[in-house]
Amino acid sequence: MTGITAGSLPVAARPPRRDIGIKKRYAAEARFKLYGIAAITFGLAFLAIMLVTIVGKGYTAFWQTNVTLPVTFDAAIIDPQDKRASDPTVLVKANYDKLAQQALIAKLGIDPKDKQTVAKLKGFLSDSARVQLRNVVADDPSVIGKTVDVSLLASANIDSVFKGQVDLTVPEARRKVKDQQIEWMKSLAADGALAEKFNTGLFTFGASSRPETSGIGVALVGSLYMMAIVLVLALLIGVAASIYLEEFAAKNRLTDLIEVNINNLAAVPSIVFGLLGLAVFINFLGMPRSASIVGGITLSLMTLPTIIIATRAALAAVPPSIRSAALGLGASKMQMVFHHVLPLAMPGILTGTIIGLARALGETAPLLLIGMVAFVADYPTTPFDPSTALPVQIYMWANEAERAFVERMSGAIIILLIFLMAMNITAIILRRRFERRW
Amino acid sequence: MSGFLVFLLVLAIGLAAFFIGRARALGADTGGQKPHSRAHYHGWWAFLLATGPALALLILWSIGANSYLHSQIAERVAAQSSENLGTTVGLVRSLAAGLNHLDDPAHPPATMEALNAILADKGVTLATNTQDYMIPLALEANATKSRLGWIGGIATFILSVLGGLYGLSQIAVRARARHKVERVMLGSLFAASTLAIVTTIGIVLSMLFQTITFFEQVSPTSFFFGTVWDPRFAAAGSGGSEGQFGLIPLLAGTLYIAFVALLVAVPVGLMSAVYMSEYASRPVRSVVKPALELLAGIPTIVYGIFALVTLGPWLRDLSAALTGGGSPFIQAQSIFTAGLVMGVMLIPVVSSLSDDIINAVPQAMRDGSLGLGATRSETIRKVILPAALPGIVGAVLLTASRAIGETMIVVLAAGVAANLTANPFEAMTTITVKIVNQLTGDLEFNSPQTLVAFALGITLFFVTLAMNIFALAIVRKYREQYE
Repeated sequence: MTGITAGSLPVAARPPRRDIGIKKRYAAEARFKLYGIAAITFGLAFLAIMLVTIVGKGYTAFWQTNVTLPVTFDAAIIDPQDKRASDPTVLVKANYDKLAQQALIAKLGIDPKDKQTVAKLKGFLSDSARVQLRNVVADDPSVIGKTVDVSLLASANIDSVFKGQVDLTVPEARRKVKDQQIEWMKSLAADGALAEKFNTGLFTFGASSRPETSGIGVALVGSLYMMAIVLVLALLIGVAASIYLEEFAAKNRLTDLIEVNINNLAAVPSIVFGLLGLAVFINFLGMPRSASIVGGITLSLMTLPTIIIATRAALAAVPPSIRSAALGLGASKMQMVFHHVLPLAMPGILTGTIIGLARALGETAPLLLIGMVAFVADYPTTPFDPSTALPVQIYMWANEAERAFVERMSGAIIILLIFLMAMNITAIILRRRFERRW
Repeated sequence: MSGFLVFLLVLAIGLAAFFIGRARALGADTGGQKPHSRAHYHGWWAFLLATGPALALLILWSIGANSYLHSQIAERVAAQSSENLGTTVGLVRSLAAGLNHLDDPAHPPATMEALNAILADKGVTLATNTQDYMIPLALEANATKSRLGWIGGIATFILSVLGGLYGLSQIAVRARARHKVERVMLGSLFAASTLAIVTTIGIVLSMLFQTITFFEQVSPTSFFFGTVWDPRFAAAGSGGSEGQFGLIPLLAGTLYIAFVALLVAVPVGLMSAVYMSEYASRPVRSVVKPALELLAGIPTIVYGIFALVTLGPWLRDLSAALTGGGSPFIQAQSIFTAGLVMGVMLIPVVSSLSDDIINAVPQAMRDGSLGLGATRSETIRKVILPAALPGIVGAVLLTASRAIGETMIVVLAAGVAANLTANPFEAMTTITVKIVNQLTGDLEFNSPQTLVAFALGITLFFVTLAMNIFALAIVRKYREQYE
C-alpha cells in the first residue's frame, strides 16, 4: 500500500455549494441597520423641524417696530386749566392720545381738518403710546411746552406688516391694516422715523390684552421665585433624606416603605401634584391662589424624588475607604458624613439638582391647577402675591387668537429653551469638571 | 405682631445663644480636663434649645389662632346672614386683610361703596358681593387677630429666651453636647426622609376626601360606567348634580392616544437604542446620543404648542390636499396628532430604558451567537431581544404610564370634545385634559363639576401606580436573572 500516490486517488467532484441564503441574510442585516438609522433620523429630524419652526416663528419677537416722532408737549392739551401745580392728577388724566395723534399728523403732513384721513390714523400707534408719553411727563414735568423726540410703539398690526408677516395680496377689506396706513408706514420707514428696535418690552412687560405691550417680565419673576423655593426646599430636604437613607437607615420595613414611596413618587404624573397643591395648600391650609409660594412648594414635592435619586447615587459613589479613614481618626458618624462624604458627593448632587430644577422650570400642568393661569399685569413683590410662570405664560398666549401673540409665544419659548439649555450645559460642565473616578 | 417678625426675633435670640454658648464653652476649657465636645457644639445646642420649642409653639399657636378666628367669624356671620357660611367667612377675611391697607385701619368708612373707592386707590379690589354688615365683623376680626398675635408673640419670645438660658446653663467641660446635637440632626434627617411617605399619604387622602364628597352627589356606577361626559357648568351656588360624568369616553381617549404614542415611541426608541449600542461608532454615538436626549429635556408645553400651531394645521391641510381639495379627513386637533407628538416625546424614555436593558444582557450570549456564525442583526433579533424581552415589556409599561399621565400635549393637541370614536383622525379627550378643564377658572369647591376632577385624579393616580409597580417588578425580576 506504499506505492499509492495522492495523484492516483479518484478525486470526487466538488459538491455544488449549498445555498445557505447568505445573500438574503446580509440583505436582512443591511435592512436592519437601515431601520436603526431611520429611527434615529426620524427622532432627530422631528427635533430639528420643531426647533426650526419655533425659532423661525419666534426670532422676530425680539424686535419691535417703533416710531420716533417729535412730540410737542402742548400745555394747552395736557393742562388746559393750568392746575397742575395744585392738582397732580391732571398730569395723569391728561389727553396724551391727542398729543401722539398731533405729532403723527404733523410728521405725515396730513391736513388736520381732513377728518376722514385723520380717522385712518387710528390703530397706527399702539394704545400704549398714551402711557409712554405720560411716563415722559411724569419723569420730567419741565418737558411741558417743549418739543421732544419720543420713540413710540407702533401697533401690533403695523408691526406685523412691517416685518412682512402679513399677506398683502389679500383684498384691503379683509385686512386689518389699510393701504393708506401701509403708505404712511413706508414713508416713515424711508424717513428713518419708523424702524425696528430691540424689544426690551418682551422682557419687562406683564400680561396685556395688546400684543405689543405684553411680555414675560411678571412670568420671569414668578418663575424665579419658584425656582428659589424649589432650590431651597428640594435641595435641603432631598439631601437630608438621601443622607439618612444612604448612611444611617437600618434595613427594616420602614426604610423599604420610604424607598418604595420615593420610587413611586418619581413616576406619579405631574398633574396629580397639582391636585395635591390645590386640595392641601390652597383649600385646606388656606394659602393664596396664584401665588408663587404654592407653586414653589408643589414643584418642590414633584422634584424631590429626582433629587433624592441623584443624591443617593452621588453618595454611594464615594468609596468606603474615605468613610473608614474618617471613622478611624475618631470622627463621629455625623462628622464623617458632613465633613467628608458630603463635600465629595457635592458635584453629583448639584448636577442632579440642576436637572431637577430644569424639569421644574418647564413644568406647566400642576401650575394650571393652582390658579397660576391668571392675568397678572403687576410685578409680584413677594412670593405670596399673584404671579404666573414662564411656561404658563406661553400656554396662555397659545390660547390667544391674534397672530402677534403667536410671535410672542414663540419668542418666549426660545427664551425658555435658552434657560433650560444653559442649566443643562452647566450640569454637564459641573459633571465633567468635578467628576472623580475612584 | 406678625409671625414672620417673631420668627426673625427667635432666630436672633438663637444666634445670640450660639455665640454666647461657644464663648462660654471656650472659656470653660481651662486646659485641665479634656472637653467632651468642641465649643461650637455647645453653641449649637443652646441655639437648638432657644429656637426649636419656641418655633414649635409659634406654629401651633398660629394654626390654633387661625381656626379660633375662623370659628369666631363664622359664629358672628351665622347670626346675621343665611348665605353659604364658608364663602361669607372668606369674604369677611379678605375684607379684614383689605382693611389693613388703609391709612387708618381702625376707622374705615361704614359703607362698601365708600370703602371700595379708597381701597381701589391703594390697589386692593374686593369681591363684589362683600356687604356693609361685614365691615364691623372684619374690624372685630382684625382686633382679635392682633390680640392673639401679641399673646402668641410674647409667649414665643419668653419660651425662646428661657430655652436659650437653659441651654447655656448646661455648658460644662464634660457635658455631652455633641451627642445631643447629633441626635437632633439624625432626627431631622429621618423626618426629611419620611416626607416621601407623607406626600403619598397627602396625595391619596386629599383626593380621597374630595372623591367621597363627589360620590355622595353622583353615584360611582354612573361615573365609572357612564358613557356620556357632559358636566354642564359649575354655576356658583347652584350645587345641582345635573350633568353626566361618564368616565368611559375619557378613559377611551386616554388609552387610544397613549396607544398611538406607543406605536410611535416603542419601535423608534427601541431601534435607536439597538443601533446605538450595537452598531454606532464611538464618534457617532457621542454626538447622536446627547441630541436624542435633548428631546427629553424639552418641556412638554413646547411639544404641545408645536402640535397645535404647526403640525396639526399642516396635517389638516395635507389631508385636504390628498382628497383633492375636498374636506380634510384629519382634524387639526386629533388623536393622531397628539399621539404622534407624544410618541416623539417618549422616544428618549424608551431608548434610555431599553439601552440599560440591552446592556444588561451578558456579553457571553452575544459572543456565543456571533461565534456560531449569526449576523449581528440575527444576534439581536434571536438572542438579545428575546433575552431582554421581560425588561422591554417593563419599559413599555413605564412609558405607557408616562403617556397616560401626560397633560400639556393633550390639552393643546387632542381637543376637548368627549367623543367615543375609533377614527384616529378625529378629536378625543383625555382624563388629564378634563382635570385641567374642570379646575381652571372660578371654582366652587362643593359642586360636582369641580369635585369630579379629584375623582378623575385618583383614578389616574391608581392606574399609573399599578402600571409602575407592575413594571418595576418585572424590571427588577429580570435584572436579577443575570446577576
